[in-house]
Amino acid sequence: MNSGTHASVMGNRKNKAVVETVAQIVFTICAFFAVLAVVSITLYMIISGTPAILKVGLKEILFSTEWMPTAAEPKFGILWVILTSIVGTTLAILLGVPIGVLTAVFLAEVAPKTLAAIVKPAVELLAGIPSVIYGLLGIYLLNPLMYQLERLIFRGSTTHQFTGGANLLSAVIVLAIMILPTVINISETSICAVPAGIKSSSLALGASHVQTIFRSILPAAKSGIVTAIVLGVGRAIGEAMAITLVSGSSVNVPLPFNSVRFLTTAIVSEMGYSSGLHRQVLFTIGLVLFVFIMIINVVLNKILKKGADDND
Amino acid sequence: MIKDTLYVKRKRPTDMLLLAAIYISATLAVALLLGIILYVFVKGIHTVNWAFLTTVTSARKQTTGIAGNLLNTLYIIVITLLIATPIGVGSAIYLNEYAKPGKLVSLIEFTTETLSGIPSIIFGLFGMIFFGETLGFGYSLLTGSFTLTLMVLPLITRNTQEALRTVPDSYRTGALGMGSTKWHMIRTILLPSSMPGIVTGIILALGRIVGESAALLFTAGSDYKLPKFTGAFGDNLAKLAHKAMESGGTLTIELYLQMQKGQYDNAFGIGCVLIVIVLILNLLTKLAANKLRRE
Repeated sequence: MNSGTHASVMGNRKNKAVVETVAQIVFTICAFFAVLAVVSITLYMIISGTPAILKVGLKEILFSTEWMPTAAEPKFGILWVILTSIVGTTLAILLGVPIGVLTAVFLAEVAPKTLAAIVKPAVELLAGIPSVIYGLLGIYLLNPLMYQLERLIFRGSTTHQFTGGANLLSAVIVLAIMILPTVINISETSICAVPAGIKSSSLALGASHVQTIFRSILPAAKSGIVTAIVLGVGRAIGEAMAITLVSGSSVNVPLPFNSVRFLTTAIVSEMGYSSGLHRQVLFTIGLVLFVFIMIINVVLNKILKKGADDND
Repeated sequence: MIKDTLYVKRKRPTDMLLLAAIYISATLAVALLLGIILYVFVKGIHTVNWAFLTTVTSARKQTTGIAGNLLNTLYIIVITLLIATPIGVGSAIYLNEYAKPGKLVSLIEFTTETLSGIPSIIFGLFGMIFFGETLGFGYSLLTGSFTLTLMVLPLITRNTQEALRTVPDSYRTGALGMGSTKWHMIRTILLPSSMPGIVTGIILALGRIVGESAALLFTAGSDYKLPKFTGAFGDNLAKLAHKAMESGGTLTIELYLQMQKGQYDNAFGIGCVLIVIVLILNLLTKLAANKLRRE
């Protein structure tokens, strides 16, 4: 630092130089806080997630399907739990993204300006609704409906275990609704950011409005929509409290009408009473979830970088 | 031969179909989302009254109330923001005013992004073992606040950064040219001009704290009682200070526990209170953002 440029006409030059240096150091430390946090979270997740892997065996945990953590001879296979998270997230994305993107198209292209001006803030508001409220509505409204559907479909079935409506399908619907605000907001922003020239050229060439939307505008907004999808995946796979009670409570094959357990819900519902090796395995589940999230983050970072490069 | 002229619009069945899909999706999404807010509000408003807000659930006195949870939520909000705001704002100032673009800045920006993408249950696990066990804070409001600090940090950093970027460079060069030191320039010119952005970040963080549950279940615990105030003023102050070291469940945690017990009336009551808080915070964010845009 060149102290000459920092000293003002009035006041003690030396004192000011000290204050300046201290300010810079303090701000630098603040900035490294995020780095420190991510590094310690990563380290702690690895440190607390690996002991169980060493004791039980990686293959036994990841690829075995038997989950009996409190039995006399405990079994810690989480394959169904991992698959449930993957299947559940995929289904929620398949259900939520088309509705979200089409709603974004409606807001950006089709809706009258006044209507869009009312609906947009409402959607933003929903991104802030606590996840437990989605869970509450899931268990109070959705589960009874699911139970009726279940009784209708499996009437007379002797092999089906009735779940009272707390099943994978209920959780998927709750997740799909929860990712809607994220998907709508981000897609809408990227659709609005498409240069007006693209739209007017397409219309001038004789394409209809709908053709223009699906052939010109949406492809041009692709990177924003992909970002929305990846963020949706992140939100869905990491959601815990909304689906803990809605998804049922047994580790099971991820079929629509089975009571299932996700990576997140396994942690929430068992951490309270677990101890010893069982608790360590729950941390391993946390580590698996963390690995998924890190992969999603890196992918997201790549997309955002690519989007920024394309714009330059 | 030529039927389709410029003057006769061709009928496109796919267009009609796609347009219908757009309308149906939008109606469904909006109806669902508005329905959720209205349903919780209408269903919960009966439960909410003065006693519900100002008493504590007690089997002996036959009362149901969330006063303890309201106080816990307030504690977590205040402690978290007191720690997170200076760090978040400081970090944004470093990134925008001091750092030169390069590997270091992209590392910090990448970790900030990563931090905002980590799900709250992971923060909960980390907070439980790091703040709770390693540092020995146990299940307490402090542990919960420390955990949430990490969670809301990116929100404050990003919003402050955005606000700093909108301050014209001429402000900076003007101040420095008149002989101000850099810190003096930041304190008297930059921070006041970017105040609406900082406030937006803080309100967004507030919303996140109020709605958070998974990160608090295993860090702050679930106690719902109020401190018992007796006698001297000093005693009461000591009790209030000590409360930060004790376990306490926020509104969302209590909602979760009530719904686990099947007490849906209470759960919807708390849900209604939460929705009103979220609505107010949303309005405040809008106001702050408008102020930022006007300047």
